Amino acid sequence: MKLVTAVIKPFKLDEVKAALETFGVKGLTVSEASGYGRQKGHTEVYRGAEYKVDLVPKLRVEILVDDEDAADVIDVVVKAAQTGKIGDGKVWAVPVETVVRVRTGETGPEAL
Amino acid sequence: MKIDSGSTAWMLVSTALVLLMTPGLAFFYGGMSRAKSVLNMMMMSFASIAVVGMIWVVYGFSLAFGDGGALSSFIGGFGDAGLVGLEKAATADDGTGIPQLVFVAFQATFAIITVALISGAIADRAKFGAWLVFIAAWVTLVYLPIAHWVWWSDGEDKAGWIFDLGALDFAGGTVVHINSGVAALALALVLGKRKNWPKEPARPHNLPFVLLGAALLWFGWFGFNAGSALAANETAAVAFINTMVATCAAGFAWIVVEKLRDGAFTTLGMASGIVAGLVAITPACAFVTPIGALVLGLIAGAVCAFAVGLKYRLGYDDSLDVVGVHMVGGIVGALLIGILATTAVNDGGADGLLAGGGLGLLGKQAVAVVATLAYSFVVTFVIAKVIDLVAGFRIPEDEEVSGIDTATHAETAYDFGGVPSGASPAVAAARKSPAVSEDGAASTKKVQADA
Repeated sequence: MKLVTAVIKPFKLDEVKAALETFGVKGLTVSEASGYGRQKGHTEVYRGAEYKVDLVPKLRVEILVDDEDAADVIDVVVKAAQTGKIGDGKVWAVPVETVVRVRTGETGPEAL
Repeated sequence: MKIDSGSTAWMLVSTALVLLMTPGLAFFYGGMSRAKSVLNMMMMSFASIAVVGMIWVVYGFSLAFGDGGALSSFIGGFGDAGLVGLEKAATADDGTGIPQLVFVAFQATFAIITVALISGAIADRAKFGAWLVFIAAWVTLVYLPIAHWVWWSDGEDKAGWIFDLGALDFAGGTVVHINSGVAALALALVLGKRKNWPKEPARPHNLPFVLLGAALLWFGWFGFNAGSALAANETAAVAFINTMVATCAAGFAWIVVEKLRDGAFTTLGMASGIVAGLVAITPACAFVTPIGALVLGLIAGAVCAFAVGLKYRLGYDDSLDVVGVHMVGGIVGALLIGILATTAVNDGGADGLLAGGGLGLLGKQAVAVVATLAYSFVVTFVIAKVIDLVAGFRIPEDEEVSGIDTATHAETAYDFGGVPSGASPAVAAARKSPAVSEDGAASTKKVQADA
């Protein structure tokens, strides 16, 4: 199993969710996050004083998938989240050792 | 007692309007401060209402608007202390006046907001108890004398010395705005900069609050300026239209300056321009034409938009720009009277430079400005220094970093859900009755011992 994590622009969430649903993903977790990549934040001005805001608001989407689906899910997320402009985010996958469904106690791929 | 009921009705409404300005200011300042100190910021305004309101009734009105005998050029006496015997008095005996107690209440609201204005300079870092003491001392030693200098006259031969001089201040450019602005500078100097200022950003945490506050201030300001006519008459009408148009012009001028200088029209700029315009038109509102007010507003908005940058060059932490908006805006308004005033709109005024009155009025205005600046700065500095030496005016550094709201008021402004904070009534109950928690601790120890 793999954990696919995507950091995306907040306004892209609906498209990413719809695309994942179409693909057949059963569940996901979304949380608010802040961070920066190459774009290095932005500048705000208050009464003429400039503030550099390094950390930009993002959403973190986490999806647990079977090994063979990982590449496709990443592809789906990237396509849905892309605007082509700087600050679109990143997607990565890491191996997952165990997954347990809390309600039933099922483990492994059954629990996905 | 014969009174003018129309004027009395308008003045009752005006009084309530001006009182609403101070909660409005609390929102204006509160939105500009950080989420961890918004409650303290707003409390400083509300505390001003409470403390000054009491002082005003006990001796404040009497010292500001009473007859001071031999000292009456500088300060009133205690003849009207406690407002004793004023129930049946009116501001005029011929049926054109209003009840004296309405005038008392109206003036109370001015003293209240003047002190509250100062609090913007000391966001995040002032001991609340020290602020309470400061309110009382400052109103007594600074506000009451200056209000007396500028506004008191017995209608015959005696008057405050600036009133006597012939300098014009219709609704409080010197008494309220230059006074609070320069006091804010003195207080910011005594308290010093916030930790990490200006390296660490102190962005406004809620700009809609700032706009709400600006709107409430503008609304209340119609009572402040048009109410200062003390009657429902043509002078009030002039003040009213000027209060509207100067403010429009100043808000517009500020955001244009911002667009040209910083690249964006900001909401904070609009809100700040509105307040700068209101400040600048305050002394002039009944003495200039509506076009004069428009010009005055444009100048005030643009000048103040630049003035708020001074603190970074000069290195004083006037947190929410009381100096840049109220002191500078007040000076702009007070001096422009010397240029724009005309008796065409108000017989009780004077002619400035453009109306053919020469430079005389401008000179008198300058004297009033300098006297207010000097007296208020020096006395405020001394009051603040004494409080700081005796009891300390600043909270400890760790409380400033973690946030003054929890440290001083035992509250936080926002609880938006998210991860549960673990707060529950049981926790507070346990804190109140130490016996319970001691028992708990004891039994825990026992369990450990048994184990």
